[in-house]
Amino acid sequence: MGLFHLSLAEMAQHLWNGITVGSIYALIALGYTMVYGILKFINFAHGEILMMGTYAGYFFYLALNGDGVYPWSLWLFLISMVGAMLVSAFVGITVERLAYRPLRSAPRLAPLLSAIGVSIILSNLAAFLFGTKSKRLDYPFQNETILLGSLAITPHQILIVVAAVVLMVILKVFVDYTKLGKAMRATSQNINVAKLMGINTDFIIALTFGVGSALAAAAGMLVALEIKIYPTMGTLAGLKAFVAAVFGGIGNISGAMLGGILLGILETFGVAALGIPQGLRDTVAFTILILILLFKPSGLLGKKEREKV
Amino acid sequence: MKLLYTSCLRKEFGGLVAVNDVDFEVEVGSITGLIGPNGAGKTTLFNVITGLDEPTEGFVFFQGKDITGLPAYRIARLGIARTFQNIRLFRELNVFENVMIGRHFKGTHPFKGPLGVLNAVYALINSRREERDIYENSWKWLEFVGIERYHAELPGNLPYGIQRKVEIARALAMEPVLLFLDEPAAGMNPVETEDLMELIRRIRDLDITVVLIEHDMKLVMNICDAVTVLNYGQKIAAGTPAEIQRHPQVIEAYLGREA
Amino acid sequence: MWNFLSLLVVYVEIYAILALSLNLIAGYTGLLSLCHAAFYAIGAYVTAVGMTAGGWNFWFALLMSGIMASILGFFVGLPTLRLKGDYLAIATLGFGEVVKNVIINWDSLTRGPNGINGVPAPVVFGIQFGFDTRFGYVLLYAVFVVLTYAVVWRVVHSRFGRALEAIREDEVVVGAMGINAVKYKVVAFSLGAFFAGIAGSLWAIYNQSVAPQTFDFMLSVMILCMVVLGGLGNSLGALMGTVVLVLLSEAPRLTGLTSVVPAQFNQMFFGLLLIVVMIFRPQGVLGRKRISYENEVARILERRSM
Repeated sequence: MGLFHLSLAEMAQHLWNGITVGSIYALIALGYTMVYGILKFINFAHGEILMMGTYAGYFFYLALNGDGVYPWSLWLFLISMVGAMLVSAFVGITVERLAYRPLRSAPRLAPLLSAIGVSIILSNLAAFLFGTKSKRLDYPFQNETILLGSLAITPHQILIVVAAVVLMVILKVFVDYTKLGKAMRATSQNINVAKLMGINTDFIIALTFGVGSALAAAAGMLVALEIKIYPTMGTLAGLKAFVAAVFGGIGNISGAMLGGILLGILETFGVAALGIPQGLRDTVAFTILILILLFKPSGLLGKKEREKV
Repeated sequence: MKLLYTSCLRKEFGGLVAVNDVDFEVEVGSITGLIGPNGAGKTTLFNVITGLDEPTEGFVFFQGKDITGLPAYRIARLGIARTFQNIRLFRELNVFENVMIGRHFKGTHPFKGPLGVLNAVYALINSRREERDIYENSWKWLEFVGIERYHAELPGNLPYGIQRKVEIARALAMEPVLLFLDEPAAGMNPVETEDLMELIRRIRDLDITVVLIEHDMKLVMNICDAVTVLNYGQKIAAGTPAEIQRHPQVIEAYLGREA
Repeated sequence: MWNFLSLLVVYVEIYAILALSLNLIAGYTGLLSLCHAAFYAIGAYVTAVGMTAGGWNFWFALLMSGIMASILGFFVGLPTLRLKGDYLAIATLGFGEVVKNVIINWDSLTRGPNGINGVPAPVVFGIQFGFDTRFGYVLLYAVFVVLTYAVVWRVVHSRFGRALEAIREDEVVVGAMGINAVKYKVVAFSLGAFFAGIAGSLWAIYNQSVAPQTFDFMLSVMILCMVVLGGLGNSLGALMGTVVLVLLSEAPRLTGLTSVVPAQFNQMFFGLLLIVVMIFRPQGVLGRKRISYENEVARILERRSM
């Protein structure tokens, strides 16, 4: 196999690169998985909600920091990121309220198409408001590669991984140890019983959308430093993160994290070790998708869903 | 002669053992009852036998052949038909069409094996005569069950009792050797239940063996030749209705032990 | 003016074939397919490559387009049609993206992102089609629309079609009735793919060039919308949906307002329409078509009394 053409040092490099990319996927995948866990619904507009928040973050940063790079730029960037997260959360909650809630009891196709409609509206709205040309978000720091032995690490990558880990830890703690988190878990296991137990499921659902969207916006800001910001930036990232969520087991939070990281690693290794041309890089994700659906649709960490006859 | 029997049949769902080493037997030409408290595993047993679920362990034999683990549609074609506990009719098809589906596989299948896919294509260009056959036969079963006047109705608009009858007609249209009825009398009043008893007897008169899951004891004791009792997934008794009624474990299962 | 109108009609005709065939898959059989554009693409490229590099004539290219699309539909359908609802949608989405990616990257065959130009216009019954024969296209393509409609009609009004509807309603129970659902689904899927391939061929001929950007996920969505708008499970509805959506997307050009209305408003309106229809009239404008058996019943009763 191609892997053996690589030296240990090269493999380590690809592993690191993969983890970085995977962290982004993981953050976005969490939004999909949390929403699916509660509503059994795939929010096709997740990528566009992320995009809106990222634009907001961009404008915040511009307003706060202006053009140069100062010692405090990084802090302003992080503040803008929080701003982006809040905006995305707001957009996500609004979209849920207007386009999904009326369809909660409708057959599967309805909310799916509605989500597609939202996705179309948001991406076109962004194009209309902000123009179709991409915007550059400059690094709020010097992004010079650091060499650890033969391992090349950029500060940007460190920022991504650290931010992702911090956010994911916060999420895990929130979901596993707080009362609200428990309510979220209860609602995702059985929404009707949760209602009967006095949980305000509408609020929990809104909260889920908010948190999921916020995490995705964080990812958007982190990745915008490199890939720039444009109205359709959410589509491909969203699609791949979605694959990550399914890969890890849709509805399972740890699964989304695992799926995201693994997808990043597999993609990076696939391109490097198997010589898959850059153009077909995305095909790795879709191939994984099809394979996982064929052999273990419930994903790596998911449980098999039984239909009661 | 045993038409159907299971051997050490076991079905587990994760940690839960729904069917626990059950040896269930059905004599040909009989009306056999399967009773037990709620959650005893009766429907699960049905599901495993009819192929809607795979057993964890054990075997199912039908007409002497091993049918364990076969997909549902193969088992159906061998001559086993069933109805469902929570009435599963095709909601956007009318009553007539529902019964016609039961009749469907009786059409000719000229292609065997891997070319079987072409059978579906054949069904596309099938002859007018075959269509007519389907209409005639489906109608016949509607009449047998006595619901022909509802033929154009959508199931959702019909009362439960009639819907159950549609399910039975649909199953009968398959002209099975063995018919499983899952709580056919649920939600029926005494008059309808009498009616149902009569229908089941007429079905048996057609040489169709019937197995029924029921909670209505009067119905069970009245028409069943043999009764098997399940509790917590295990068979605790099997015999004639009279024997079952006196069986201490059965009484305990339903009424609890005397304090 | 007539130029534009005939273009519109041809668009409607091509999309109508796509919508009618998707209706068979999604409306009648209940399969959430988000990759119809992929079969369309395959048909288009088979014709484009065949007629430019292979020197095929129109009819052969047309037939090959349909067959290739349908074969691919068969092989894709076989594994994926075992999946439930949402998962099937995702799988088809993934498949659609893979097809587009492959087309873009397989330059040696497909000339990559630049697409293939110079697809010759067909010679039909001795008449050389081309720019002057706009009405020729309109009439010729109308024949294909009628053909597609007729085939779908025949399927729906047959034992096979009835089984498809039952599969849509309750796949588990259908198994208990002795029907191997997967087989039927695969055939329906392949049949739908066949006509999508035909539509692709017609597009390649009309446009005289093909490019991968045309055949993206949005197109699959748009075709699905045409079906849903008119009414899932209603061929007439699919036609209606096609007409409405093609008019809508070309409305700025029609009313001459292209410079006034920004390009995005069109799509935004389309997205809004989707949401509104789903919330207020999910069954579509015409709803599902129910078949009546009064005639058959009358005939049975007649035969009895004889």
